[in-house]
Amino acid sequence: MIVDNYQPKFDSILMSKITLLNSKDIEIILHRLACQLIENHNDFTETVLIGLQPRGSYLAKRLSNLLQKDYNIKKLESGLLDITFFRDDFRRRNAPLAATSTEINFLIEDKKVVIIDDVLYSGRSVRSALTALQSYGRPKKIELLVLIDRRFSRHLPIQPNYRGRQVDAINEEKVLVTWKETHKKDAVYIEQR
Amino acid sequence: MDQLSVEHLLGIKYLNANDIDLIFKTADHFKEVINRPIKKVPSLRDITIANLFFENSTRTKLSFELAEKRLSADIINFSAGQSSVKKGETLIDTVNNILSMKVDIVVMRHGNVGAGVFLSKHVNAKIINAGDGTHEHPTQALLDSYSIREKLGSVKGKKIVIVGDILHSRVALSNIFALQLQGAQVKVCGPTTLIPKHIASLGVEVETNLKKALEWCDVANVLRVQHERMDIKYFPSTREYTQLFGINKEILDNLGKKIVVMHPGPINRGVEITSDVADSDQSIILNQVENGVAVRMAVIYLLAQQIKR
Repeated sequence: MIVDNYQPKFDSILMSKITLLNSKDIEIILHRLACQLIENHNDFTETVLIGLQPRGSYLAKRLSNLLQKDYNIKKLESGLLDITFFRDDFRRRNAPLAATSTEINFLIEDKKVVIIDDVLYSGRSVRSALTALQSYGRPKKIELLVLIDRRFSRHLPIQPNYRGRQVDAINEEKVLVTWKETHKKDAVYIEQR
Repeated sequence: MDQLSVEHLLGIKYLNANDIDLIFKTADHFKEVINRPIKKVPSLRDITIANLFFENSTRTKLSFELAEKRLSADIINFSAGQSSVKKGETLIDTVNNILSMKVDIVVMRHGNVGAGVFLSKHVNAKIINAGDGTHEHPTQALLDSYSIREKLGSVKGKKIVIVGDILHSRVALSNIFALQLQGAQVKVCGPTTLIPKHIASLGVEVETNLKKALEWCDVANVLRVQHERMDIKYFPSTREYTQLFGINKEILDNLGKKIVVMHPGPINRGVEITSDVADSDQSIILNQVENGVAVRMAVIYLLAQQIKR
């Protein structure tokens, strides 16, 4: 049978961009992540949050604000780490690597560090971050928090301790996270490359 | 925009304003790195750099060496004093021998003008000019501008006077090029015998009265009198030079404004600048040295980025 007036059930399937999470979803996830962090880190006296530049910084700032305002964490140290000079693909890619700023005004010696990034894909950024963090001392423990964990795409044995949502996206697809601060809207999309 | 427009750093005259901007932005990041408890990044761990110093140097050589080490590059050092150059080897032969040891970047200081340009045409490595005769000293000019930018916010529109031995100074020429590229106004001040004849063709004004020059400027970059490059007498005595062109506290205090004082080193205390000025809060001489490492890291990093595997 030929269906000539075929209408797809979901418009989005034919579009190159599918919304995975909307702003409401993200808000719920952020609250859950905050609660999970509190479970393990109590009042955060021993813990610091480190957002990976550039894209992990929004998530890190958001979580840090949430913890302080909604969950009454009095003192919370957080910083931003740029990993450009620690990457393993320097001179191996066509486009030059542009650095962003690092803002860590404290030592992490004997602290518990939570690395925060938006999407965990190959794990190479996190590998670089682990090396970069050594410049600031020897932490007691390092954990990883990501908003989106792309399963089956890891190049390295690195897994998150806290994840917002796990996604089985194929390699041709790109997971795009937008934030209110930069794109006027909190959302996570899957895009065809 | 994230890449330099040049393949080597031979002189400021080959750069454009975007290049300088990129070097400074990259240097900002490295300045943060060198203020960490562990001041090292692994970016250049597979790059080898040769520092070839055919002329004496303390500051520049140490600064380059430190910059290279902070980037995790492997380095070999070479000083003409202890080398086969004395046995009659040519520059190209010396460098090609060194390059056979798989060197990627050559940092060179040489007494002859244009030595870096010559080398870049004949050998297969990135060349960074660390001073060629009385011609250019690009990294010094970059760190000078970087220090002005750090102290005053920007270089654009600022008035800078370069005081001293302009004739023999590669620092002066590179500084003129760099400052003009960034939109600053430049004057030179010194004895007429030590000011090159055609300096006006670079768009630089000459002022022989130190007091007037200082009243005009926001920044005074004071140069050393390079006795070792002088084959004849250019002024009657060092004492007279100091009286006319030496900067002391009294002159600065009578200006009615606070100017920034710079010096590329080595300082002859009591000749071109007195100790109380060199050590005062108006002087940014030690900031220049600190910034030198960050700026050189940026230059090396940006050039290394162009080396393909």
